[in-house]
Amino acid sequence: MEEGLRLGAGPAGKGDGAPWLSSPSSRPRSPGKVNTHGQLWSVWKFMPRSLPTLNSSLDLKSNLQHLQILWYLFLMHLCLELSRHTEREREAETQAEREAGSMHREPDVGFDPGSPGSRPEPKVLNRRCVEAAVMTGLALKCHINKKSLFDRKHYFYADLPAGYQITQQRLPIAVNGSLEYSVCVGKKRSQVITRTARIKQIQLEQDSGKSLHDELRSQTLIDLNRAGVGLLEVVLEPDMSCGEEAATAVRELQLILQALGTSQANMAEGQLRVDANISVHHPGEPLGVRTEVKNLNSARFLARAIDSEIERQINELENGREILNETRSFDCKLGCTIPMRDKEGKQDYRFMPEPNLPPLLLYDTASLPPGADPQQVINIDRIREQLPELPSETREQLVQQYGMLPEHSFTILNEVGLLEFFQNVIKETRAEPKKVTSWILNNFLGFLKQQNLAVNESPVTPSALAELLNLLDRKAISSSAAKQVFEELWRSKGKTPSQIVSEKQLELMQDGEALNQVCLAVMEEHPQVVLAMKRGNPRAINKLIGLVRKATLSRADPTVIKEILEKKLSS
Amino acid sequence: MLGRTLREVSAALKQGQITPTELCQKCLSLIKKTKFLNAYITVSEEVALKQAEESEKRYKKGHSLGDLDGIPIAVKDNFSTSGIETTCASNMLKGYVPPYNATVVQKLLDQGAVLMGKTNLDEFAMGSGSTDGVFGPVKNPWSYSKQYKEKTKHKAHGENEDSNWLITGGSSGGSAAAVATFTCFAALGSDTGGSTRNPAAHCGVVGFKPSYGLVSRHGLIPLVNSMDVPGILTRCVDDAAIVLGMLAGHDPKDSTTVQDPVKPFTLPSLTDVSKLCIGIPKEYLTPELSSEVQSLWSKAANLFESEGAKVIEVSLPHTSYSIVCYHVLCTSEVASNMARFDGLEYGHRCDIDVSTEAMYAATRREGFNDVVRGRILSGNFFLLKENYENYFIKAQKVRRLIANDFVNVFNSGVDVLLTPTTLREAVPYQEFIKEDNRTRSAQDDIFTQAVNMAGLPAVSPVALSNQGLPVGLQFIGRAFHDQQLLTVAKWFEKQVQFPVTQLQELMDDCSSVFEIEKLASVSLKQ
Repeated sequence: MEEGLRLGAGPAGKGDGAPWLSSPSSRPRSPGKVNTHGQLWSVWKFMPRSLPTLNSSLDLKSNLQHLQILWYLFLMHLCLELSRHTEREREAETQAEREAGSMHREPDVGFDPGSPGSRPEPKVLNRRCVEAAVMTGLALKCHINKKSLFDRKHYFYADLPAGYQITQQRLPIAVNGSLEYSVCVGKKRSQVITRTARIKQIQLEQDSGKSLHDELRSQTLIDLNRAGVGLLEVVLEPDMSCGEEAATAVRELQLILQALGTSQANMAEGQLRVDANISVHHPGEPLGVRTEVKNLNSARFLARAIDSEIERQINELENGREILNETRSFDCKLGCTIPMRDKEGKQDYRFMPEPNLPPLLLYDTASLPPGADPQQVINIDRIREQLPELPSETREQLVQQYGMLPEHSFTILNEVGLLEFFQNVIKETRAEPKKVTSWILNNFLGFLKQQNLAVNESPVTPSALAELLNLLDRKAISSSAAKQVFEELWRSKGKTPSQIVSEKQLELMQDGEALNQVCLAVMEEHPQVVLAMKRGNPRAINKLIGLVRKATLSRADPTVIKEILEKKLSS
Repeated sequence: MLGRTLREVSAALKQGQITPTELCQKCLSLIKKTKFLNAYITVSEEVALKQAEESEKRYKKGHSLGDLDGIPIAVKDNFSTSGIETTCASNMLKGYVPPYNATVVQKLLDQGAVLMGKTNLDEFAMGSGSTDGVFGPVKNPWSYSKQYKEKTKHKAHGENEDSNWLITGGSSGGSAAAVATFTCFAALGSDTGGSTRNPAAHCGVVGFKPSYGLVSRHGLIPLVNSMDVPGILTRCVDDAAIVLGMLAGHDPKDSTTVQDPVKPFTLPSLTDVSKLCIGIPKEYLTPELSSEVQSLWSKAANLFESEGAKVIEVSLPHTSYSIVCYHVLCTSEVASNMARFDGLEYGHRCDIDVSTEAMYAATRREGFNDVVRGRILSGNFFLLKENYENYFIKAQKVRRLIANDFVNVFNSGVDVLLTPTTLREAVPYQEFIKEDNRTRSAQDDIFTQAVNMAGLPAVSPVALSNQGLPVGLQFIGRAFHDQQLLTVAKWFEKQVQFPVTQLQELMDDCSSVFEIEKLASVSLKQ
């Protein structure tokens, strides 16, 4: 972003004829292009903006013991971007459609500065958006409204080119659903509790543009690339009571959306955005005044923002102050929420029906008009039939099929790509599923975390791990040797476990006679230990085992050594 | 050649009697001669000549694109035209060049039509006189016609003739004047409350408002989305049908257009109207209606009756609430539609940069005229949370009642309604501006706006008054029975040429082009 601001503001400078800085009543401004981190921004204007001020009265030192006496609840708005694709996806899609001979998709209209006379259809009311909304609604157990309506919500803001946002205020596409998510509790966090957040509604909307505030120069850059793009908003009821719950619920939703293929739901890229509405109140009393916290671009920040906002509100109330119904943003550097200056004051959004979009009609198999062109209508029942396996079902499957602990099934799903990795290893190994789970969760995941890598960045392939587990399974190597091989796999890409085993001579001594000889030699070298053992010291045998293993360079199976030693001592 | 109808000149092009370039040049020179009328905001001379040249090549190769190939047309300046300035006659959009063509413009160009330019209007099409645009008022060509001058000679009060010119009506006054002065063979207008039919009536041309949903609005800079329809202005009903055939049909970019495919059609010539039932809405007989228009209206009704049609009095009981209801719905949508003009992305921007809000306020103050700002203010008032139920919702309910009035009448067996288009013939500018825009719009839209609220098709062909000025009569049809409506209008158009009633002098195209050319040159010399 730094780069973007510099590039955008630098060469332009006010009044030097850059296209987006043109003076009044000249030709229409065309967007400037700014390239930051490989992302192309279309920058439309520079507006002066006063610096945001920090509320220095915020006291962040109070501790969480206050939470015992107050309840806090919040609801969230989750915004999900629908129509924005990466170039690659778009190409793939158009290619696929070309092959299918479908003429249905709108040509991509590029980015929309709200040109007079232009219309919202291509971006909001296209088939893909509506299907995605219905799928999401079904996955979240919502009632799908067969008729839904669009409304205009008016307000002036620099990143809202039309002066209004098209949304579904009166009759949204889906209502009354629920999102089940599980939190791990208990000392070892091994107890899984299922919670439910009610879903008030799911609505189709238009996205706004993006404001980039350049505080150094007191100006704002507007990026309109996503303006007018279809957006799915999920409104949850105030059913959650701490940051962690919210983060877990959002993570579950992400998984659902990814499973549905409706969105990558990447928070950092703004594909999934969360606004949290937070209020606190005493048990038995009505909900308190709520604040809305924006700019939450990761689950971690979401949890932190909510907890810090709860704390702030409690503090305010306890000090006799009032909570204002305001919009705040989370400052991740300060670790607290600060009021946003842009949206002060109560707004009357002057809602009215969107005259350009007729009511959105959906059908089920029973209500489908006879002879309807399947390309022109959306059949809810067909979408329901085609719903893929949802994360909760996948987890259930893991528990049933592999005897996995429920908490482990959560971990496997929560880590991007880990489920696929697990399944690939299972396919290629004879090792027991429990063993596989344990290796993946303890060793593999541990290494990834340590090196801060994603699953798909791992130098260890599923096949390599499967081969390693096979070696272990047929007792070709010891488990400590296996760990050594694993570490080696991490370091030296391209080598197979077998190669490493033979290079490092880590295979277990399969030759019983040779091991016998080593045991004898060790016993002869350490008569005191043998003596101690004969006197009944139970720890003495372990010492001998250790010595034998050392002598075999850890290539002998301790159980076999033990057997030999015991046999020799008793004879 | 210029006095011919679209159909005639199309035949002439096909037969090689004239080339598209010659035709284009003739029109361009006439545009220059009639510049004082202020019908055009932008004359796209270069584009037109280039298009004409391409059309000529097609004709030479024998690959003409059809009836519209090489035909000069004009487009109201609230339709987006790629690469050609589109101003809506407002400071707000002065210098704005759209990046795309409106669907209707694109369709015309695809048929080989030659775009002569963008025509004048009231700012953002808000008005009924074509007097409230930033480029000044449009003058009615009939002010300078032989017919009018002959009739008004005897009562000359020594006033300066030049200050006594008549308004064109509006808001598509530029398009109506352009067609009336033969500078093009068809023009696009827009019709929200009568903006195509009203100036057509005052300028003596055919003004046709298609059914809502038949023609795409994509690229038409909206006034009231739920009522706007691209209008067609031509010199005869047949020509309007040709243009409609080219424009009608579903547009994926406008989901309010009908899905059913529409094919181009030729209007049949009715010989027998005895099976026709013509309704005369009694509520349209208002005290404000001029006696002249009223007498022409009843003569027209008698004409149908004498030819065997059934003519009956019908009732549209909610008519009197219509104009108030229209006002609430119109201003509410205007307030919403105008919100995008904030000076950021395109169009006018003021010099103030203390804050974004201050910039918005000053930009909109400078960019919009009083009429537009007034409508924005009232619209926002109606949409406020505390007023929404009492105004907007009620107006929507009344709108439903008004639409049902029409449905009931048509269900009772009426095929077409016959009404006046306007209260009186065109008035002089000096008289028109005595009242403000709002009052004028309320008066002038009285017979036309209910049709927009009901989404019906309506056409206004003309007759000539005793004043020597055109008077429009309006036919209103059932929704999506546009073809039937035009067929009836065509029959009427043909009948009024006969000296059966007082409707004796229908405008004679060929002689008046001569007149206008002569008078125009006289004017220019002064």
